[in-house]
Parts: sequence; structure tokens; C-alpha cells
Amino acid sequence: MAEINTGGGGGHKGGKVRSKKASTRVDLTPMVDLGFLLITFFMLATTLIKPQTMEINLPRNDKIEKKDQTLVKASKSITIILAKNNKIFYFFGDGKTDPVTKGPVQVQTADFSKTGIRQMLLDRNAPIVALIKELRKEKERIRMSDEEYRKKAAQVRSGDAAAIVMITATDEAKYDNLVNILDEMQICNVSKYAIVDLSTLHKDLIKDLDK
Amino acid sequence: MPKVKIARKSTLVDMTAMCDVAFLLLTFFMLTSNFTAKEPVKVETPTSISEIKIPETNIETILIDPKGKVFLGIDGQPHRINLLRSMGEAYKITFTPAELKRYSLRATTGVPMDQMKAFLNLPDEQIDNPNAQKGIPTDTTAGSEFRQWVYYAKKENDKIVIAIKGDKETPFPVIKTVMKTLQDLKQVRFNLITGLKEVPKD
Repeated sequence: MAEINTGGGGGHKGGKVRSKKASTRVDLTPMVDLGFLLITFFMLATTLIKPQTMEINLPRNDKIEKKDQTLVKASKSITIILAKNNKIFYFFGDGKTDPVTKGPVQVQTADFSKTGIRQMLLDRNAPIVALIKELRKEKERIRMSDEEYRKKAAQVRSGDAAAIVMITATDEAKYDNLVNILDEMQICNVSKYAIVDLSTLHKDLIKDLDK
Repeated sequence: MPKVKIARKSTLVDMTAMCDVAFLLLTFFMLTSNFTAKEPVKVETPTSISEIKIPETNIETILIDPKGKVFLGIDGQPHRINLLRSMGEAYKITFTPAELKRYSLRATTGVPMDQMKAFLNLPDEQIDNPNAQKGIPTDTTAGSEFRQWVYYAKKENDKIVIAIKGDKETPFPVIKTVMKTLQDLKQVRFNLITGLKEVPKD
């Protein structure tokens, strides 16, 4: 309580009639209550955290002429199929023949742990990952601006040696799976990816594995 | 008997300092936080390492709950009023100014057009019930309402940025339909709202 000392409000001398001096003490306890009420309101009604976003660009749906379609190099392409219970199936090539062994397609299983799909993507995209690491070191060394670093990084990621990923999912996959796989794309520096429909070819390939 | 005089100390505590602290904290919260919009359903977004912040204005939020119900909202009350009016014209429904105002106060709404008038006339206790909103129909076979909402939102505010806020457990087919509709409307750039995850050290 703030106290302005004028001597009033204390004992008053007996005998002589003195003019009643009103007490100048102000009790600030309700003010504090008010302050804490307002704090509580703001703490509950507002948030300090601004949500983050991931930016996505999808290809357009226009009917493209067959001859204009850029054919994806089979040896560099990976197809990832998201399935239920956070399982991932993937294979290399166009789904009909394995690009390396030229035999039937090998469908492999992975999950979202560090040794799962990320390991595979880092391996396949190894040259790009190494180049990005170099670029980051160079950024520190010559004090590159953020803008320039981003431009150069984008160039590196779209280089010829980059892996190309097609992402598709079964009906039982969850949104969480999609966001996680797009996140892995960012972590492994893959910029050439596309979200495609689940075709019958894909369905046949995972039929036996996706129980 | 001699009276033992106990020294009487004042029991009044000086509250000035406490008051100062309270108002300092209050000022901090007032200046550094933003009001959260009241959402019809609670959505837990997945996490990602992306650190791009959500834009503050000109944003269109598409909220998808774990059951697959779709809600849509844009920011700016005048924009919302114009959007509802355009949708009303497209579906041959006229809304009263009171209904338009009620709509413009809500951040995201997900009601099929034929139930919209009834929804906007619900009493206050019922309107915030999550079950009161059935979600915007998205099936593309019937020329979906969702597509109309997105189309008119873009017409209303050309600079609008689309942000999809889905729950972790949202089934993938709903997301696929939403993205397909956006692709059909040539809105190929959009954002996915996520929580923050640490960049893994490799």
C-alpha cells in the first residue's frame, strides 16, 4: 500500500478539536488482483508460438502432350508408397524392371526412423548431400548472403545427379505420414519430387507386403 | 499486575512492488502474443523441420479434422462477408446482414450450403459445438462445394495464400481430394501448417 506520510490517520491527539484529516493511505491490493486477472486472461487467450508452414508446389493438372512430358530417368527414380501403420514401401526404377539387375522389381520396406527411409534417401542422393555440405561450409567461409545461399542450394538440388522421388500412398495412410515424408525430402535435400496417384501397378507390387 | 506491553508491529504489507511486477508481466504478454482464433475442432498438426513462418494476412485456412471433415476460412471480416455473399449467389441463397455478420466473426466454418442458414441462426451455446458443423462436402463427382469455396475465396482476395492445417490422423484420401481440387483450380502453391521439429544432426 502506498503511504504518503502526512502524519494523518495515526492516533489523534486528545483534547483539542482537530480537523479530521482523511487517511492518505491507498490500499493497492485490488489493483494487484486486477493486474493478475488481466495476465491470466492474456495467458489463456493468446499464444506466443506462431505455427510454422511447409511450402508445397504441385504440378498442374493440365493435359500435357505426350511428347512434351519430360521422361523421368529410370535409374535415378525412386517410388515411395506410404501404407498403414507408418510403413513405407519403396522401389527403384519404373516398377516393371529393376534398373540395376534388370530383373523383377524389388520392393523394400522401411519406416520413419533414422535408419529407415532417411538412410536410403541419403545414400541415393549422396552426391547432392555432399555438395550441399560443401556449400554450407563455403557459406560460412566467404560470408555468403542467405538469399544467394538459397539460390545456389536450389541449383545444386536440381542438378543432374539428383534423385527423383515419386510419392504415393494407400488409402490407409495418414496425413502425418505425408508430412513426414515431405519433411524427409527436405532433410535429405531432395527437391525433385512429385505426389502421384496410386496406380494398379503400385497396388500389385505391395499387395503381398501390405497385410 | 504490570501489563506486559508487546510491541505491536504493523501487519500491513506494502503492495506497490507486487503491483509493478503484475503490470510488467501484463505488458509483456500484451505486446508479444497474438490472439488464437477459436477453431471448431482441435487439430494436432504433424511436425516438420520447416522454419518458414505462417503469413499473418491474406491467408486462407483449410482445416481438416481427424475424421476428415473440412472447414474453410479466410482472414478479414469484410472478405468473409463478401465470400459468403458470393457463395449465396452461386447457390441461390440470400443471407440477411445479421447472418453475414455472424459468419464473419468465425475464423473457419465447415457447413454444407444447404445447412448454412440454419447453422448461422443457431443459439450461441449450440453454435460452438463441434458436432454442429458437418464439414464442407468435397466429393468431386457432384461439382464439389469445396471447389466453389476455394474459387470464390481466390476471386475475393487475389493475394490469398492457401494453408492446409490437417491433423496427424487425418486419412490420406481426404488430403488427396483437397489437393486435387486445388490442382484443378490451378492453385498449385500452398502451405502445410506444421509444428516445429529439431533438424536431425547427421
